[in-house]
Amino acid sequence: MDYQEFLDSIDKEAYHEGEWRWEEDGYTVTRTYHYSPPGCHTSCGILLYTKDGKVEKIEGDPLDPCTNGKLCIRCLNLVESINSPDRLKYPMRRAGERGENKWERISWDEAYDEIEEKVRSIWETNGGNAIICVHGTGRNINWQVPFFGQAALKTPNISTFGFTGFACYMPRVCGAVAPFGDFPVVDASEGHPARYANPEWNPPEVLVVWGNEPLASNADGFVGHWLVPCVQMGTRIISIDPRLTWWGARADYWLQIRPGTDAALACAWLNVILEEDLYDHEFVDLWCMGLDKLKESVKDMTPEWAAPICDLDADDIRNSARLYASAKPGAIQWGLAFDQQLSAMSLCLAGCDLMAICGNIDVPGGNILLHNAFEINAGYATGEHFTPEEWRIKKLNNNFALSIDGGDFVAHASSDGLLQAIEEGFPYPIKMMWIQSSNTLSCPGMDAARLYEAMQKIPFIVNADPYMTPTSVALADIVLPVAMSAERNSARTWWTPARAMVKVADFYEAKSDEQIIVELGKRLNPEVFNQWDSDIDWLDWYLREGSGSAFATSEAADNAGIKSSGSTLFKHTWKELVEDPAMCGHAYDEFNASYNKAAKGLYRPDGSVGYGTPSGRLELTPMLYTYWGLSDTPFHVEPPEGPISTPELMETYPLILTCGGRSFEFFHSEHRQLPTMRELHPEPLVLVNPKTAEKYGVKDGQWIWIENDHGRFKQKVKLSPRVNEKTIHAEHGWWFPESKAEAPYLFGTFESNPNNCTKAFVTGQGGVGSAIKSMICKIYPVEPGDKMPYEQIAETGNFPWYKKVNSPRQDEIDRFHKAMDAGMEYEVFSNELFDPANNERFDLKTGARLAE
Amino acid sequence: MTKGILINYDYCTGCHSCEVACKKTLGLPEGEFGIKLTEVGPYEYTDKPAPDHWEWTWLPVITKACDLCMGRTTKGKMPSCVQHCQAWCMYYGDVEDLAKKMDGKTRWALLATRE
Repeated sequence: MDYQEFLDSIDKEAYHEGEWRWEEDGYTVTRTYHYSPPGCHTSCGILLYTKDGKVEKIEGDPLDPCTNGKLCIRCLNLVESINSPDRLKYPMRRAGERGENKWERISWDEAYDEIEEKVRSIWETNGGNAIICVHGTGRNINWQVPFFGQAALKTPNISTFGFTGFACYMPRVCGAVAPFGDFPVVDASEGHPARYANPEWNPPEVLVVWGNEPLASNADGFVGHWLVPCVQMGTRIISIDPRLTWWGARADYWLQIRPGTDAALACAWLNVILEEDLYDHEFVDLWCMGLDKLKESVKDMTPEWAAPICDLDADDIRNSARLYASAKPGAIQWGLAFDQQLSAMSLCLAGCDLMAICGNIDVPGGNILLHNAFEINAGYATGEHFTPEEWRIKKLNNNFALSIDGGDFVAHASSDGLLQAIEEGFPYPIKMMWIQSSNTLSCPGMDAARLYEAMQKIPFIVNADPYMTPTSVALADIVLPVAMSAERNSARTWWTPARAMVKVADFYEAKSDEQIIVELGKRLNPEVFNQWDSDIDWLDWYLREGSGSAFATSEAADNAGIKSSGSTLFKHTWKELVEDPAMCGHAYDEFNASYNKAAKGLYRPDGSVGYGTPSGRLELTPMLYTYWGLSDTPFHVEPPEGPISTPELMETYPLILTCGGRSFEFFHSEHRQLPTMRELHPEPLVLVNPKTAEKYGVKDGQWIWIENDHGRFKQKVKLSPRVNEKTIHAEHGWWFPESKAEAPYLFGTFESNPNNCTKAFVTGQGGVGSAIKSMICKIYPVEPGDKMPYEQIAETGNFPWYKKVNSPRQDEIDRFHKAMDAGMEYEVFSNELFDPANNERFDLKTGARLAE
Repeated sequence: MTKGILINYDYCTGCHSCEVACKKTLGLPEGEFGIKLTEVGPYEYTDKPAPDHWEWTWLPVITKACDLCMGRTTKGKMPSCVQHCQAWCMYYGDVEDLAKKMDGKTRWALLATRE
């Protein structure tokens, strides 16, 4: 791949260089970017062809430096999405019971009236904290919905609800903020407008693709295919994955690790690199602290120790560690598996330590520490100061809601804390849920049937989404139609460059996320929202003043020394970003285009040399981990069930179940209603090794049950050597929009859902990390007459053999209910019961009566 | 001069972008393709060490529906499959020029259609 040759080969006139809009063959063509809905996490340059206000064609923009005109099939099939007959056209109010799928069309004003009345009444009776505000992952609502929740609904309880242990991205973000003060991303020259032609850049010598398949997932703002040119330029591959992927099939080392044991491997790599003295002495001396303590902590974690844990060969562990350590530079492309195991925070630290001791931080082709473009950092914590203090301090975080020791370092509320409040009304009841772009039941919702039962207790639920989803049918009282990317004015600054989305079409009465938020915000908190007249006004504020902490709490971000000045470095308006021929929808900043930023003093608020950490160094044993109640040295925790922790249970459930690998066709639970996607990928597929299939009597193409001690679900067998004989891999996010909507079937959302088997309240240290990629199971064919999951759930609320995992505060909850029944009162902050009959007080934690 | 499409198929990721880009450009119904991936593997070789131990290869086949995007290329644009190929493994041009890229270092296939 010769990037310059590619650039030179583009006919710039044919693609209208420097123009943001033109007429062509009867179409109006608009040069812009896409960023959800429909999903994903990235924003690629596109050319939208419209006629009579309708999007008729789309193609990639070869003049866009971000993705060079390349598009995945989700964007290539965008016209089918935008014009789908399944889309919501109008706001609707539930006309029958929840689950009946009966609706009456209402106006936006009627919807807003009802929502406003409900919210204000909850503020009066229970406080804003009795409202939960939910948003979906990585979509173009990452800062908008948290802002709306905190500034308009006035609740601290914002969540990508359903994720026990924050098991997606937050562990890596917070696990990197502590040692690095920033977030490491593989350098495929995405920070520089010249991309692969930037003379300062060189590809990684060795790329470790660890616990993800970036080609299909494009996760966390990183386009996976950016790495393919690197491989064409000579990058060698180490793949760490229970599944064979494109990377593993081309790797020098494919380490087919047992799911959930990555921290043991990471510790063994650290052991090899430190014991064999392969680390970068100069870099460590200059920039790191904590080496001796780290070395001491991993001295017994040899490859021979890790090999039986990880189900790997000790020599492969040793030799792959040597290969990574020898690379100048090496880069680690880490993924979701880091978050979805009990060792999450420990593993994230070990990953950071590997990058740091090998000198791969902030160097060309290594792991660069990116910022959001122009420090436009509006994120999860933005707007938190607009929530009244008395409600803000009731944020249901792990510490307050679940009594888990340690700091509150994730900006979101704890999903399990919210679940407990919904189920038990403890420590206080939940009165409303606002969902914007999350299909909670079909996708993130772990312990799916339990969540479904719990959410039915919430008196008022609003769901804003482009489609009628299982979540809406099952639970919503009002649904609001959301505009797609091509129908919204918006902007994106997750990493770089800053990018703009331009509205080119309308779809019936659908409104954009920004429009809904500004309009409803004006009703709920005019003081804040009346400074903006329109979505574009709000975007201008975001681009110029949108600061705050992206993912960590403000306190955690402050402690880490992250820059947050209150204003951004962007000097233009949204309109200029869109139309200025020099930008045409995107703008790169200097920070992200630079290397060796620590030496240049770019990380620290005062401009001094060093990293954005308390010490100014890369902290191999971070002080913040200690402050947060976490071990500051890495260690391995076994999955809760498996051959080592529960060998007796393996007799019943002999296979390891890993799940959640991405497909090119779908973003999580989206895109299932599109004919082209279902032509390519009609049904959910479970990967089974041919020898496993023979042993358990299942065949290629057969529907099978995948069952654990919690529940079961069915998928169709795809025989493949991509998984070993001990492991199967199932897909997530499936529902069947072509099927029956009404409860109990709910578009089949429970039929193929691995979350029937996942467990709330099982987490790693600090209440972070969830073992959902390393479950155990048995498999057997689906037979005629078998009861389907929706029938089992309809009968008893869950599977007959289901065992609920209790909250860590279950004793207190039992005491709480007994006291409430006896007419006592509960004081949430002192955690005391008060009996007005005799003025006695009790400590809820112990049940002991307190002296007067 | 005969035009063709050159594929550096060692790097094809099987992402289907060429297929869908083409289907949408030509407006093809379900079941029809102008270009369609074939997949070989994955399987292991007993005698080849890493990184060549596994065979897992995709290569697109061009169907009779393909006109090499004549309507696009005459305007200076790339064929839709080439433009959208995420793996940077497709090239369009004169077959003689394209053949010169086949350097023996990776696996290439040169596809030409009926004119």
